[in-house]
Amino acid sequence: METRTLVRIALMAAFMGVLGLVPPVPLPIAAGVPITAQSLGVMLAGLILGGRAGAAAVALFLLVVALGAPLLSGGRGGLGVFAMPSAGYLLGYIPAAYVTGVLARASWPGGDFPRAFLAAVAGGIGVVYLCGIPVLAAIAGLPLLKAALGSAAFLPGDLIKALGAALLVTTVLKPWWSAADTAR
Amino acid sequence: MIAGYIERDGLIHRLPAGVKLGGLALMSVLVLPVSNPWLLGGLLAGIVFVYASFGRVGWLRLRRWAALLPLLAFIALLQVWAAAWPAALASVLRILVMVLVADLVTLSTRLQDMMDVFTALLSPFARLGLDVKRLALAVALVLRFVPVLFAAWQGRSEAWRARSPRRPGLVLIGTFFAGALRMADQVAEALDARGFSPSDRNRKDPA
Repeated sequence: METRTLVRIALMAAFMGVLGLVPPVPLPIAAGVPITAQSLGVMLAGLILGGRAGAAAVALFLLVVALGAPLLSGGRGGLGVFAMPSAGYLLGYIPAAYVTGVLARASWPGGDFPRAFLAAVAGGIGVVYLCGIPVLAAIAGLPLLKAALGSAAFLPGDLIKALGAALLVTTVLKPWWSAADTAR
Repeated sequence: MIAGYIERDGLIHRLPAGVKLGGLALMSVLVLPVSNPWLLGGLLAGIVFVYASFGRVGWLRLRRWAALLPLLAFIALLQVWAAAWPAALASVLRILVMVLVADLVTLSTRLQDMMDVFTALLSPFARLGLDVKRLALAVALVLRFVPVLFAAWQGRSEAWRARSPRRPGLVLIGTFFAGALRMADQVAEALDARGFSPSDRNRKDPA
């Protein structure tokens, strides 16, 4: 691994931490929808850094949180967050970034934007929910179906984030996306 | 940056970090089958007492978890719908106990001590190619980058607000990100220039 890749992984992990500190950029269509910006960081990590480095950035972020840095949204951090009912979603971020990165670099018909959007949906929503819902059901002692129904409340917000992530990497962040492509 | 560690000289502060983490793991297994709300309530009261013994800082620390309450209420509602209220009460109490005990470990252990335990735990992965020294550098970089990025973001959004009545949009994220990535590449160059080599196999000897 190049030093540059290592530093970029650290930068992406720090960016996820900043997303927990900064109130997210207000989107008019998202009014009333609960949004934590952190899963946007997961999608961006996968899209910009690719599968392996993206997953490494997310894992590094979670390690720093576990060490005690209060970088999750709302200033939470430490080992307590991994005992929360939402722990599965957090740990699911790692495979989510990987799947997003791999899918975004696979060949898809239909151009850059749909490719990035579908990759962000599959990884940042599909994989995250797949890991999060069973853990929520187990910790909270709920039937799987009811836990899934409860999670559905976050679906509109997450779809908007996937849209935003895809929009970012295909427009303003495009140079970095294609640069990552050629670096592989 | 706000630290997770609270400086004190109590009993739990003196316990080695590895013992505390082992105890936490053990406790998470032991508490799982307990469904008696009285037992869990007593346990929770004991934990709150430990927080209270830290004085004002302890109460402030407890208040940080108040954000968890809506989620717990939501879970309790789902539980009452799915099962019955004693079960709902037990699972909410169980979650609170585990979260607060885990946070007790965090607030009583220095980041460096925690890092040492983690590196020891991760050392079996060294054979699979994980370089623990590189990991420590990455952790240090993240801790340093967070305030730098935060300041950079604030600078950019203030510059925007000084010039435009509109709210900052996607363009701002673009320039922010471009600047951040440029900074990262400069840091990487600086590390290389000072002889940091990402892996010993690739080390270029000056001789």
